[in-house]
Amino acid sequence: MDRLASQSTGASEKLLDIRNLKIEATVYPPGEAPRNIVIVDGVSVSLERGKVLGLIGESGAGKSTIGLSSMGYGRGGVRITGGEVILNGRDILKGGKGGLRALRGREVCYVAQSAAAAFNPAHRLMKQVVEASLKHGVSSRAEAEKRAVNLFRKLSLPDPENIGKRFPHQVSGGQLQRVMTAMALCSEPDLIVFDEPTTALDVTTQIDVLAAIKEAIRDTGVAALYITHDLAVVAQVADEIAVLRHGKLVEWGDTRQIITQPTQEYTSQLVSVHEIAHEEHAPGKAAALSVKNVTAAYGGGTIKVLKNVSVEIPAGQTLAVVGESGSGKSTLGRAITGLLPPLEGSITFGGRTLPGRLADRSKEDLRQLQMIYQMADVAMNPRQTVGTIIGRPLEFYFGLRGRERDKRVAELLDKIEMGKGFVDRYPAELSGGQKQRVCIARALAAKPSLIICDEVTSALDPLVAHGILQLLLELQKEEQVAYLFITHDLATVKAIADSIAVMYRGEIVRYGPKSKVLTPPFDAYTDLLLSSVPEMEVGWLEKAIAGRRMESAGN
Amino acid sequence: MLTLKNIPLSAWLGLIVTGLFVFAAVFAPLVAPFPNAEIVGDVWEPMSAAHWLGTDNLGRDLLSRMIFGARTTILIAALATALSFTLGSILGFTAAVIGGWFDQTMSRGVDLLMAIPTLIFALVVLSVLPGNIVTLILVMGILDSTRVYRLARAVAVDINVMDYVEAAKLRGEGRGWIIFREILPNALSPLVAELGLRFIFAVLFLSALSFLGLGVQPPEADWGGMVKENKEGIVFGIPAALIPAAAIAVLAISVNLVADWILNRTTDLKGGRGNG
Repeated sequence: MDRLASQSTGASEKLLDIRNLKIEATVYPPGEAPRNIVIVDGVSVSLERGKVLGLIGESGAGKSTIGLSSMGYGRGGVRITGGEVILNGRDILKGGKGGLRALRGREVCYVAQSAAAAFNPAHRLMKQVVEASLKHGVSSRAEAEKRAVNLFRKLSLPDPENIGKRFPHQVSGGQLQRVMTAMALCSEPDLIVFDEPTTALDVTTQIDVLAAIKEAIRDTGVAALYITHDLAVVAQVADEIAVLRHGKLVEWGDTRQIITQPTQEYTSQLVSVHEIAHEEHAPGKAAALSVKNVTAAYGGGTIKVLKNVSVEIPAGQTLAVVGESGSGKSTLGRAITGLLPPLEGSITFGGRTLPGRLADRSKEDLRQLQMIYQMADVAMNPRQTVGTIIGRPLEFYFGLRGRERDKRVAELLDKIEMGKGFVDRYPAELSGGQKQRVCIARALAAKPSLIICDEVTSALDPLVAHGILQLLLELQKEEQVAYLFITHDLATVKAIADSIAVMYRGEIVRYGPKSKVLTPPFDAYTDLLLSSVPEMEVGWLEKAIAGRRMESAGN
Repeated sequence: MLTLKNIPLSAWLGLIVTGLFVFAAVFAPLVAPFPNAEIVGDVWEPMSAAHWLGTDNLGRDLLSRMIFGARTTILIAALATALSFTLGSILGFTAAVIGGWFDQTMSRGVDLLMAIPTLIFALVVLSVLPGNIVTLILVMGILDSTRVYRLARAVAVDINVMDYVEAAKLRGEGRGWIIFREILPNALSPLVAELGLRFIFAVLFLSALSFLGLGVQPPEADWGGMVKENKEGIVFGIPAALIPAAAIAVLAISVNLVADWILNRTTDLKGGRGNG
């Protein structure tokens, strides 16, 4: 640290100073000449030693691009075309390749969103954690490994002495994310770039990782850029927050100020809690679907993932199934659709008992039961146009052809608030929210009585997700369709559910109308889930950790 | 979308040369200066104004034989490739979609077929069966389809687990729709690139068979057979055997150039409209 401190001569106490940064990329639109687009336009932010700056914005706002520019890196053909990135008193963009090589992994380290994809599966964790330290000659292998073990302990990983001997697939996702943080800290850098480190994790795991990261930052005195789209998360770890939109800086200020007194319209939109007006329906109407004592297993009956599960969805209402990953909530959806025939128990749908296997079900049953997926971009055939995607169920179930079909497709596009111009688009030419809307239209085209929504908003930005939820509720009113809403996000559940089932390790631990399930006294697991949802309040994290009654499953 | 300016130089070269060969093959009777099997001069005459490439071992016009040879070679190779692709890809896709015992039987059967060296297998089969063009095409097509099957199955297994295929299955679509409308369009780019390569292998395979005397039978002309007929001339410094050999090489290279370009154009994994 002394060596580095002496480099930054007294002129500025700033560790990182990004001035007027401009980043461009070349796009190749179909049928037109390639042209340049500006991804980041004239952004200036700076960061003092040991402080944490949160970069926040929706996808496409340029937050990751700015984060990576602090290492002089442009991802996938992106070019830094203007401005200065001053780190430790020198402009890293002028240092050439050798300068960048000396910088990356030594002065600036990176923590990726998906640790699972960022680790090399063929090497043990320890080898990868100490690699940068050895490459840069920071310390000997023995010293580096000692430091790594200390970091593992600080990040509260289990068995810190020996976890480094494991391979990446032998630890859970939340643990891997913490190992990656240890990897970044191991070479004792001045700055760490955290690129959405908790976005892919469960809320219950997220809180552990967040606490570990926060503590490690505090104890090592490293500065950090924390990139995320979740304002509530960044409020827990950042000293300052910069809000970005369309590659421009919207607002930059102290965390408390951004959260409590935003000066810009867009920031206050992000900050304000989005209430969705939804009146809970009283149960008691005829059940659209009832699942009785269903047990299901993978691997020929050896691994039971659903144990004696019974739920009921009244016609035109919404049942939300909540739980961590691995709790069996998606498997419940698969059992209902027939993709995973249950071992025991029965599924009754519209008064009929459904055959367990998909192949044995009638076309009418299939029509009545539709599904919407989490990842809208892989749920649509990339080689079919929107018109074909929405039109096919019409053709298939109702035999509509030609002009009649086109008319109905236009009606459906209108329902999902998209214009006629989208008929000839391919999925790759739509935004994330539009893709999910098309998937909703495809499900609606079959005029179903139940739609299974598997994490439909978790891959979307908060504002876009909000729009999708509102659309789903409106459609429910118009079409009297019931939803089975599978999610890990309790905020979503609070907004749209009529009844809630909480799942834990394949069993339903709490089930009933929303008002009852969300009223104390809670069982330990529901309490953990509820208390893990980040709130937009400085200091929430410490309070939540202190108040916990049980550990998360750590998936 | 596809403008002439976007085509790279190498692809242009490939397209022009391949086009020339195909043109010669299709219009052989009109283009060739002499009939295919007529003796028009002395044995192994050098190149002259009357015989641009000279004459062959029986005194037939070499250029005319080359042109008629292109016709036979390209026709047989094209039909064999078409057969191998239809058979291989449909069976490969079906195996991937159905899975289970069907997949196992098919895949192990293909393994068995591939374990036997192709050339020896073809020689044995062709020496037993009556030697005509139809048998030749069938044998070449079926043997080649094992390679296509492997590729098609591997690609389809990946696509088969995508959510959009699951969505189609949940809709209740039949296997036909899933194979031809969901999987095929997404598996097309690796298959098209493979098509060029397999066509070239078919040309080489046919030439090898003809050279060994089990392919196209005289007096029909084909390039492999022509190399065989004229190979004794090489010791006397006569290039008649090298010309059909060079034609095989040039066709192979030019088709590959086109296949490379197509692969480049279609490997945009995002689907939809390809990049320029």
